Amino acid sequence: MDDHRAALNRPQGWFVAVLAGAPVLFISALYAWPVATLLWTTLRTGTSDTSPFTNVAAIAWFTAWQAATSTVLTLVVGMLPTYVLARYSFRGRRALMAATTVPFVLPTVVVGAAFLALLPESWHGTAQAMIVAHVFFNLAVVVRLVGSMIAVIPHDLVGAARTLGASPARAARLVMMPLLRPALWSSAVVIFLFSFTSFGVAKLLGGPTHPTLEVEIARRATQLGDVSGAAALSALQLGLLGAVIVWSMRRQRRAALELQGATARRRPRGRRERLLVGMVGGAVGLFVGAPIFALVSRSFKVGTGWSLSAWTQLGRTEVRPGAGLGVDPVGSIAASLRFAVVAALIATAIGFLAATAISISPRLGKLLDASLMLPLGTSAVTIGLGMLITFDTPPFDWRAQWWLVPLGHALVAVPFVVRAMLGVLRAIPRDLRAAAATLGATPIRTWWQVDARALRRPLLAGAGFSAAISLGEFGATTILTRSGTETLPIAIGRLLGRAGGLPRAQAFAMATILLVVTTAIVMASGTQERLGPHGHDDA
Amino acid sequence: MKRLLAVVALIAIAGGCSSDSASDQPAAITLVAYDSFPPADTSLNAALDAFTTSTGIAVKVVIAGDAGTMVTKARLTAGNPEGDVMWGVDNTLLSAALEGDVFTEYEPLDLHAIATDLTALVPGHELTPVDFGDVCVNYDIEWFTANNVAPPESLDDLLKPEYKDLLVAENPSTSSPGLAFLMATIAHAGDDGWKDYWTSLRANGVKIVDGWTTAYQEEFSGAAGSTGTRPLVVSYGSSPSAEVIFADPPRTDAPTAVVESTCFRQVEFAGVLRGTEHETEARKLVDFLISPSFQNELPLNLFVYPARIDATLPVEFTDFAVVPSSTLTIDPEDIAANRQQWQDEWTTIVLR
Repeated sequence: MDDHRAALNRPQGWFVAVLAGAPVLFISALYAWPVATLLWTTLRTGTSDTSPFTNVAAIAWFTAWQAATSTVLTLVVGMLPTYVLARYSFRGRRALMAATTVPFVLPTVVVGAAFLALLPESWHGTAQAMIVAHVFFNLAVVVRLVGSMIAVIPHDLVGAARTLGASPARAARLVMMPLLRPALWSSAVVIFLFSFTSFGVAKLLGGPTHPTLEVEIARRATQLGDVSGAAALSALQLGLLGAVIVWSMRRQRRAALELQGATARRRPRGRRERLLVGMVGGAVGLFVGAPIFALVSRSFKVGTGWSLSAWTQLGRTEVRPGAGLGVDPVGSIAASLRFAVVAALIATAIGFLAATAISISPRLGKLLDASLMLPLGTSAVTIGLGMLITFDTPPFDWRAQWWLVPLGHALVAVPFVVRAMLGVLRAIPRDLRAAAATLGATPIRTWWQVDARALRRPLLAGAGFSAAISLGEFGATTILTRSGTETLPIAIGRLLGRAGGLPRAQAFAMATILLVVTTAIVMASGTQERLGPHGHDDA
Repeated sequence: MKRLLAVVALIAIAGGCSSDSASDQPAAITLVAYDSFPPADTSLNAALDAFTTSTGIAVKVVIAGDAGTMVTKARLTAGNPEGDVMWGVDNTLLSAALEGDVFTEYEPLDLHAIATDLTALVPGHELTPVDFGDVCVNYDIEWFTANNVAPPESLDDLLKPEYKDLLVAENPSTSSPGLAFLMATIAHAGDDGWKDYWTSLRANGVKIVDGWTTAYQEEFSGAAGSTGTRPLVVSYGSSPSAEVIFADPPRTDAPTAVVESTCFRQVEFAGVLRGTEHETEARKLVDFLISPSFQNELPLNLFVYPARIDATLPVEFTDFAVVPSSTLTIDPEDIAANRQQWQDEWTTIVLR
């Protein structure tokens, strides 16, 4: 009966097709086609000296268990901060929110270096170091995805359970958990994908004894020149992760309850709540703050003492007579921002259309949802080389086009935009749509008035997050052939590849700039947080 | 949706435009380079601008990734290249590039100005040597003075107990200096001896990291501002000069030095990419790349030695960098034939 009622005011099939058209085109043209081309051409003609599958079982096993451990640990560590950030309003909340997000989007070259400096020497090149770093980097996923769900659970729901005699733990288990399950699942999948395909962290912190499949794929393709071997491993990785995505989607059920809009955050009441907020805030601040502090302080260490010269000489054509570093900080910021804006526009538009189509047509939607996740499970090398040999003939000779870079960034960002929106869309009460229909709205008008409106906040958050991802992206960018001014992460990587005190300190100065720009964007896109789907502007 | 259509339209236009302009203006060519090549704002780029002024040929620099990635891409696109000239194929990748039929032959006018031991590496003239450098063990002078230990003088010294736990090196499977150092040990200890050498080196506490940046910037104690603790690192022969040039406050002596007998020679090449539509212009650019006005800019921008015999070196290079009188080398063909096997065997010996 419920289905029947929902079907009555569901938009027509053609409307769904129109919505889904662009995301389908996007993912097929920019992901499926290049990857398929690469697999097809190289696997057919593959002439590798040694089988890529020698020793691969051990690598795959390590990759999987470290990813699983990282995922579980991130969820466990992230729960309390997520709850506190979603429930309470307190001084410094937005800064803390930004602080948890920034590590996720900073390039691993930089944060990894800061991490190495903080970790005890015996941890260098260990699986523990890798896992701790994965928790650090992926905290943002829990805070964002689960947090947006906690934010729409009414306070009185937990309050009611408590009144009925449930202990806080019991109330959390029986009331919160079922509601949060979908969000927890989607964060778990995203974190698992990220940790599984870990590249920078694995190389820097895991060291040579802990390669992931992604590292092995890149090594094969770029150092051994064995593209067919890399493609075979890439197909293996894609198969494994595709299975994980499909399995998790089957487990992922709708939220048990339809929820009416956002609940206002409130100030912590009483000593216990204030203590909780204070302690969680402090702990998160310390965990996230320490590497960031290490990073910033390095920009002031040129030689043995403290010095401002990395900053004062930033962007000089000649640092020493005849010797330049070719660093253009202002140009790099502009280039990074341009990429970020383009990537955010594309990711938000595609994500918006996809999320809407998915929420209207659950069955086909699942397929679209899963395919949009696939780029996260595919090695950057495979996508990059695939694009190289696919878009190589006029009028589609797009190699070394500047916009391939932001498109690549958008490919990574779209699943996040979709996740952020789906959570909200799925929580919209059907009654609301029914009411709109009863009042005479056409299905499309209903969709516009109810669904599209509810999406404003996640749309903005998604755009901000996409921009941030683009700003910090390093791996995929290095695979694509690029021209023009370097982005900030690329300039940082190049400076760190130079001997000498000045280039090194300038790399960290540029990293500090990147940190500030990213934080500003994350905080700005969070400003609209208070305007809930049913907040004051569209009540 | 509208926005998306606009984006798609823009993409189509951008794609269309660029291919049009390429055919309308044959005087614009593309130089494909590795990622340490500065994209703009250095005297190296200024030299390229001067080339444009004098010939009317505009040069666009595109970065294809590290040298290994660049050659992989060049092989995938052989015959339909991403640009017209490529800069930075080194001797460990030389055979791969030649086998992949990536380049088209060209013998530049000034080839006689380049040392014959370099030009001999490419008898078919598919590529032209443009610069060279060495990968050597560097040491932190201050550490050895403070601890009253004499710095090592050879690869064999590194196996001695007084150097236990002091060296950090890069994984030859993921790093170009790491690969060069492995080659150095193979050239030194021979086909049979190198495995024992590494077994002993491992027993003597060598630390292996993923790449040069981690080794030099994080683990090596001699890099300015570093928190590293190891006073021996596999780096470049020119790293001590870079420490002087980029020191702040300025200094007149190098904080680090090179163990000369550990050096392995790396030679870099440039060439015209097969399939270019602008072969005449591409050849002119290769001529320019080995001309004095470009070669003289190489040391202070890429920290390599010019391939040209008559190029002038900056004082920091003559004073602090060493060109070892004899360096370890391996024939590029042997490297190509054995590289993967060596890397795999090394992995088994050192990492497992």
